[in-house]
Amino acid sequence: MSVGAPRALASSGQKPITEILHPLSAAEEPLSVTVGGDKEVALTNGTPVETSSPASTSSLFNRLQLDDDLEADVRDPYADSTEMRDLFVTVDDPKKHVSTMETYITYRVSTKTSRVEFDLPEYCVRRRYQDFDWLRIKLEDSQPTHLIPPLPEKFVMKGVVDRFSEEFVETRMKALDKFLKRVADHPVLSFNPHLTAFLTVKDLNKRQGLALLSKVGESVKHVAGGYKLRARPAEFCAMGEYLDTFNQKLGTIDRIAQRILKEQSEYLTELREYGGVYSSWVGSEEELRRPLEGVAGCVTTSCGALEDLGDNMSLDFLPVLREYVLYLESIKNVLRKRDQSQAEYEGRLEAAILRKQEDRTPMPLEVEKCQDKVECFNADLKADWERWQSNKRHDFKQLLTGMADRNINSYEKSQAAWESLITLLQDKQTEDKTSETN
Amino acid sequence: MRRGSEEATSVKRRMAEDGRDESVAADDDSQHTAEDGRNGLNNTMVEESPTLLRRMEICVAEAEKRSGKNAVNMQETFTVYLIETRPMDALAEGRNPAPDSLWRRYSEFELLRNYLLVSFPYIVVPPLPEKRAEFVWHKLSADNMDPDFVERRRVGLENFLLRVASHPVLSNDKILHHFLTEEHSWKEVVYETGFQAKADSRLKALSATFRVRNPDKRFMDMKHYSDELQSHTSQLLRARARVADRLYGVYKVHGNYGRVFSEWSAIEREMGDGLQSAGHHMDAYAASIDDILEEEEHYADQLKEYLFYAEALRAVCRKHELTQFELEMATQDLISKKQQHEELSTGIVRTFSFKGMTNKLFGQEAPEQREARLKLLEELIEEGEEAVKDKTVECEEHVEKAWVDVQRFKEQKDKDLREALINYAVMQVSMCKKGIQMWSNAKECFLKM
Repeated sequence: MSVGAPRALASSGQKPITEILHPLSAAEEPLSVTVGGDKEVALTNGTPVETSSPASTSSLFNRLQLDDDLEADVRDPYADSTEMRDLFVTVDDPKKHVSTMETYITYRVSTKTSRVEFDLPEYCVRRRYQDFDWLRIKLEDSQPTHLIPPLPEKFVMKGVVDRFSEEFVETRMKALDKFLKRVADHPVLSFNPHLTAFLTVKDLNKRQGLALLSKVGESVKHVAGGYKLRARPAEFCAMGEYLDTFNQKLGTIDRIAQRILKEQSEYLTELREYGGVYSSWVGSEEELRRPLEGVAGCVTTSCGALEDLGDNMSLDFLPVLREYVLYLESIKNVLRKRDQSQAEYEGRLEAAILRKQEDRTPMPLEVEKCQDKVECFNADLKADWERWQSNKRHDFKQLLTGMADRNINSYEKSQAAWESLITLLQDKQTEDKTSETN
Repeated sequence: MRRGSEEATSVKRRMAEDGRDESVAADDDSQHTAEDGRNGLNNTMVEESPTLLRRMEICVAEAEKRSGKNAVNMQETFTVYLIETRPMDALAEGRNPAPDSLWRRYSEFELLRNYLLVSFPYIVVPPLPEKRAEFVWHKLSADNMDPDFVERRRVGLENFLLRVASHPVLSNDKILHHFLTEEHSWKEVVYETGFQAKADSRLKALSATFRVRNPDKRFMDMKHYSDELQSHTSQLLRARARVADRLYGVYKVHGNYGRVFSEWSAIEREMGDGLQSAGHHMDAYAASIDDILEEEEHYADQLKEYLFYAEALRAVCRKHELTQFELEMATQDLISKKQQHEELSTGIVRTFSFKGMTNKLFGQEAPEQREARLKLLEELIEEGEEAVKDKTVECEEHVEKAWVDVQRFKEQKDKDLREALINYAVMQVSMCKKGIQMWSNAKECFLKM
């Protein structure tokens, strides 16, 4: 986060002349990057270019040592979209509040922006999970045609997870940060007044006042269930199928990752004991003290590397999978709403046609409005879908590369330990040999 | 098979070097002891010609499954091992003669080792490879006919022969030479030595351990050491087997990524190719553990050899106790004979005895009788003195010879285990390198997504 923010600030300062500067700043980049940038514009086909969120995606990987490489790799193709971004949010600094009524955690939400909708360039407020939840509900209500990013699970199994443990708070904080960044990077959602209120208003308890704002987006009236769609357009069918399969694969990957963690921790237990046997052997083998202690030391180093690997995987790998599982739910939800809106239109159209046959009145305005709504829904959803696909590709590229890097890192640590042991022992051996000949 | 033979030649080279080293080391020892001037017993031991391995190239070239009828006419399947020998001088002269070869069963190796154990009680006789696979992790077969097991045993038997043939004392044994060169009459020759009778008569005195009065401190320590060696190596082998089990699990679970990535790639457009090929690398990663653990089994075999060496070391200690016990018994016997003689000649009964009572009750025996008994006792005392002298010599000889060989063994052990540990470290490095390679390959694919 600390890496992402200053970079973001600098570009946000330049914002008013960004578009004029763009060709120049692009020219400063290597040639291949310019090509990549152009391609990105062409790909999104009319939709605003600021589709991706390099700052937010990389923020999750800040813990990683090889972060720099990853970031450079991610940033480049999106260089111009970074230039266009003008709203930067960060969630950090969790604090525990204990009152007589309840105990809860708040997080600091910092905003930096150059948008005219904001009075100040910087804001800093404290929010708790409930507030995020409120924001999401408001966004969903006011922008029903859009895909709202998921929040981390609200409920945790009591007794199984300690809600106030450092690990849990850290994981949740990261997920909230991710959520807010995704919203702030969205071309439509980021202009939602509820978001502005969430980011700027000191005391969010005045929710009644905000309710007035919720009129901005008109919510879709849900028709009664049971109406069967005549035909869901092929592309949305494909989305549905994709989501089902992807959901299944995500579940499998999650299970594999958890199983690996379990196997690794059992391996670790055995390995520790194994190292201990070498240490205790030293007691009866004075001559072999160095090699035996050396091997014990290397085993300990390997244990440490393995432990780090496991910690990192459970802190950084699993949450991303979980976010995507929740994301899939959100998408399914929007798809369902789209179907409902189409159903409403088709229902009205059918009724209108019937009436038309009877009394030959013109097509009522209401039906046309419905048709517009469906088309609008389809367009929004398609745009969000494309954006989501591109984000997903990025996130998983980083996630899996990160997994590979962590494993490589772990192997490298133990390799270094073993190699230095070999050098030490071989030196000792030649030393002994020379002293023998002397 | 190819890997196995490479390994074998490297072992052989190492052993041949050892053989040379050891003969030099033994010479040094003889000098030291001669200087110490304790006695010349060592000379008989170190008076050896250069070890057999310097005169003969030995290898166990291959194993073959056979079936036949055993002693009670039952059909059985067994494995035979091909021993090949070639004289060194022919090789040195640049000729390359075809090796002499013969087949031996595991049981024949056992017979050879038993013979050596009995004939050289003061030598830490190299152990045979395990009869049945022990300390195995679950994927490894415990079947005696399993090709991998047979191959490891072939290496182990060759190792045994090389150790014996490079031993400064054992290598000059005629029966060993016979074993290596005469296919047929060998067994008869072994049995003719009567070593079994010698072994049997001594076995009954095994419980002597508890009755030795003045055991040699050095041998007590050595016995204690052999217990420690055994307990540490067996603990290590058990722990290693469990570690291998878990490591196997970790790698194999990664294989599931291979499957799921490939399935997932089917629904992706841009990511598809990268995922698919990353999946292949994950499959390869999961498969790589088989070779890694197979190689590590070699390290386990080295540890096992020393686990069994602990028993051989203990056998030397036990034989010391046995001779010590026999010496103490003979001494005891002599003392009581002398006492009887004294009582009889002086007529003073120092201790209360049944004989004393009868004498008092029934009067003294006739002088002629007394003379005859005294004479008999004197003869017995003479014999006893002779026996004590013999036993003292035997005991001292055992202590001296055993001490020399134990020192040799300790040097060999330190060297071998140090090398084994270094090799283990090398194996670990290669495992890390393999892992890094595989994950780097996968990473490249991920980056293409």
